[in-house]
Amino acid sequence: MKRVYVDEKWCLGCHLCEYYCAFANSGRSSMVKALKNRKIHPRIRIEGDNQISFAVSCRHCTDPICVKSCIAGALSVEEGVVRIDEEKCVGCETCVLVCPYGALMPSESGVMQKCELCIENAGGKPACVAGCPNKAIIFEERA
Amino acid sequence: MPIDFLYPEYEVVRDASRCIACRACERQCSNEVHAFDEELECMVSDESRCVNCHRCVSICPTRALKIVKTDHTFRENANWTGDTIRELYRQAGSGGVLLSSMGNPKPLPVYWDRLLLNASQVTNPSIDPLREPMETKTFLGKKPTKIERDEDGRIKTELTPQLELSTPILFSAMSYGSISYNAHESLARAAEALGIYYNTGEGGLHQDFYKYGANTIVQVASGRFGVHKDYLSAGAAIEIKMGQGAKPGIGGHLPGTKIVGDVSRTRMIPEGSDAISPAPHHDIYSIEDLRQLVFSLKEASGYKKPVIVKIAAVHNVAAIASGIARSGADIIAIDGFRGGTGAAPTRIRDNVGIPIELALAAVDQRLRDEGIRNTVSLVVGGSVRSSADVVKAIALGADACYIGTAALLALGCHLCRSCQTGKCNWGIATQRPDLVKRLNPDIGMRRLVNLVNAWTHEIKEIMGGMGINSIEALRGNRLMLRGVGLTEKELEILGVKHAGE
Amino acid sequence: MLKEGRSAAGENRIPAGCAVSSIFSRSGKRLDGSEIVRSISIMHERSNGLGGGFAGYGIYPEYAEQYAFHVFYNHQKAKEECEAFLNRHFDLVNLSKIPIRKMPQITDEPLIWRYFVTPLHTKLMESQLDEDEFVVRCVNRVNTEIDGAYIYSSGKNMGVFKAVGFPEDVGRFYRLEEYAGYCWTAHGRYPTNTPGWWGGAHPFALLDHTIVHNGEISSYDANRRCIEMYGYNCNLLTDTEVITYIFDYLVRRQGLTLEEVANVIAAPFWTTIQNRPPKERERLTYLRNVYSSLLITGPFSILVGFTGGLMALNDRLKLRSMVVGEKDDMVYIASEESAIRVVQPDLDRVWSPAGGEAVIYTLDRVKGKTAKGGVNRAH
Repeated sequence: MKRVYVDEKWCLGCHLCEYYCAFANSGRSSMVKALKNRKIHPRIRIEGDNQISFAVSCRHCTDPICVKSCIAGALSVEEGVVRIDEEKCVGCETCVLVCPYGALMPSESGVMQKCELCIENAGGKPACVAGCPNKAIIFEERA
Repeated sequence: MPIDFLYPEYEVVRDASRCIACRACERQCSNEVHAFDEELECMVSDESRCVNCHRCVSICPTRALKIVKTDHTFRENANWTGDTIRELYRQAGSGGVLLSSMGNPKPLPVYWDRLLLNASQVTNPSIDPLREPMETKTFLGKKPTKIERDEDGRIKTELTPQLELSTPILFSAMSYGSISYNAHESLARAAEALGIYYNTGEGGLHQDFYKYGANTIVQVASGRFGVHKDYLSAGAAIEIKMGQGAKPGIGGHLPGTKIVGDVSRTRMIPEGSDAISPAPHHDIYSIEDLRQLVFSLKEASGYKKPVIVKIAAVHNVAAIASGIARSGADIIAIDGFRGGTGAAPTRIRDNVGIPIELALAAVDQRLRDEGIRNTVSLVVGGSVRSSADVVKAIALGADACYIGTAALLALGCHLCRSCQTGKCNWGIATQRPDLVKRLNPDIGMRRLVNLVNAWTHEIKEIMGGMGINSIEALRGNRLMLRGVGLTEKELEILGVKHAGE
Repeated sequence: MLKEGRSAAGENRIPAGCAVSSIFSRSGKRLDGSEIVRSISIMHERSNGLGGGFAGYGIYPEYAEQYAFHVFYNHQKAKEECEAFLNRHFDLVNLSKIPIRKMPQITDEPLIWRYFVTPLHTKLMESQLDEDEFVVRCVNRVNTEIDGAYIYSSGKNMGVFKAVGFPEDVGRFYRLEEYAGYCWTAHGRYPTNTPGWWGGAHPFALLDHTIVHNGEISSYDANRRCIEMYGYNCNLLTDTEVITYIFDYLVRRQGLTLEEVANVIAAPFWTTIQNRPPKERERLTYLRNVYSSLLITGPFSILVGFTGGLMALNDRLKLRSMVVGEKDDMVYIASEESAIRVVQPDLDRVWSPAGGEAVIYTLDRVKGKTAKGGVNRAH
């Protein structure tokens, strides 16, 4: 299965992935409308400092502990992609606690959100990958 | 002193209605032009620091930025232009030599643009490169004047060392130090993928890149930085750099700020020391001395590598080239006055040397007049900007072209001409690790390969139009060129007819 | 008369289309010139009356050891000057006007003379050149230095006959039926300008090599500027002149075989070379690399006559037609099959050589250049 991989060697810490993510998941037609004068809630986050940085988002684990931990059955695996049903999420944040990568976080509405590989919104090519200016975020199949 | 205040040349225009304050511009500007003002809650810019490199413009996700030339002006004066006045103020303030980067930007004639190409009509069919073979393979090196046969009458096929190129383009010398590790890696990998060569420049060869030796030309310049026996044997050819088009008559300059870590180790000089190459080679004060160096290098490398002698195009270039051809050199590289550089005194860059087109035409003709054109190959550089320039250079008589600036542009260079500051926002002309990493060699190499492949396609199209299906039949084929708007004298030197003749 | 390529506007290169034909007897049987005239005349449409010519081999057996010079003079003064030059450098064994037949189709003929000569021993020794090179230099001097004189044929036991006109008229004009040779080549010319000069007709000759050529080469200036390095002056600005000099340079001065010459001027593509056995690959790569500036591109079909043989060669894409026919010991090569069938309807074999494929025939009894008799097809 194709997953998002990050190469810290090429991450510039420009944070553009966060903005492309927030825009892609906003449902709005332009980035300006979606993000201007707003605090963004991206599903990918840049960690690190000026010397070394990298983007963190859901790894789509083969045996995801978040899915097991969800008390509401909101998290599930669909064709390898870990997905969240925001209607079912009760906002208990257990998944946030158990995820070793910090890949889940509360959304603006309070329920949890996570990277779903842009399957709903960007034709299957994650927006963070397309927007990275240095190919530090790669979407590919690895053995 | 307020006299020294110069209004910034460029203004950063930010469309407030588009800016989402993502601060990518701020994070990506090594010149610290952009900042987020917490009080005003918006992005602000200090255009006095801007070098107009377009990094911020290129990455801005909402296209909120552009850079414009300021309309602030001195009183108009065709003689004392704004640039002239500004430079004078800077010198009056600093007492220093003005430094610049990249090629001569002055509006001097570009002869490539005054030459037009031929195509076949009726009497001779054009050839379609999509349907017929079209060949660009080129060999550089000495050709024998006589064949020899063995006792069975078979031709002996041993030749002095040659360089084989899939297409008549090489990446010209750019040292590790003046450009980054990642830029060198991009060039080396692209040269390997393309079946051509890149050139180390005068800064030695990083240990990691010895594996690309089969596609590497190692350079020996007056500073001898990074030169040792393994280095000489590592490449496919050795180039003696006598001069450079951007700064004929002086040696390379690399500021100490760029001599860090591996650059220092590769050059074999202490960290932080300025690498100022001597103006001449101090063991070459005459043509016979050059001959000695050519043969010293051949001796040191077991006569397995062709030796290139690179000179800047200067007034007497034809006679100099003739001397070099007789010095044992296998290839002569000539660099025109528009050639790029990481740092050169502005006055020298802008006023010394001659156009490569005229130098090439004069050298090729001189070598033919003396009957020695086949004993040496000619490579020219110094602002070869497109496949059309390559075709014109070959028709004038070059065997191949060196491209430097064009290759850097492919890597992201926006010709802001600030290489000497070492703060290249594109990760090319810098040694700052946070900036170097901006050039991912996977991307850089791919873009270089694309560029050379695209040019090769175009060269084939143009040749096909002329009814020529192999590059050697274009070489020196000056009937394929016509001049426009040139004087008799210019046409005479170029050896071409005027359009309509 | 103005030389071609010269006009008030300066020097201009002359592209041309054409027809070529040749007849060769492998057994050395001598045929008179009427057959070749018949053959070329069938391709009348391929000429436009602005040049025709022939070369015959074995036509001067009685003077086989002398160089036969055929010369055009524009005026008496040129003749006097040229003859004075020839007398200083050669022993003139025989001289005469070349017999012609006056006819309305051929006009404005220059003075046409023939000399059988041997280099003066003392001059030859003094020059330190071999005999052939001495003759070449003398011919070049006459052609470039004596205004109005042009030596257009200079080999032994062979001769070129050419004029402005249709080839069949040129053949009758020169009374070719009165000559007999084992090999004939012919050319009908379709130049795309208006020449006024007899020397511009084909064949072009240097010593015993003659070339007739149909085509327009796109590599002209690359080839010219290369060959001029070796002392040749391409002042006629025609493709054929350059090809003639390339043959002379490669065969006589570089010692290449005709097959090797074909590998240079109509070199195989690199992809073809790549698929050859290693030794052959090295040889072809060497020839392409060393003589790269003598690669000829653009359309051509050429017939090269030489003492004891005949070679035909097409450009590497075969952009011009050329057909070979064989009957017993006779060989026919022409632009069109019709030119062969008209003189020999009953052929043993007929085929079109591939682009870049050299077809070489030599006399069965001649050992020499190609070292073997019969046909020799090289790629």
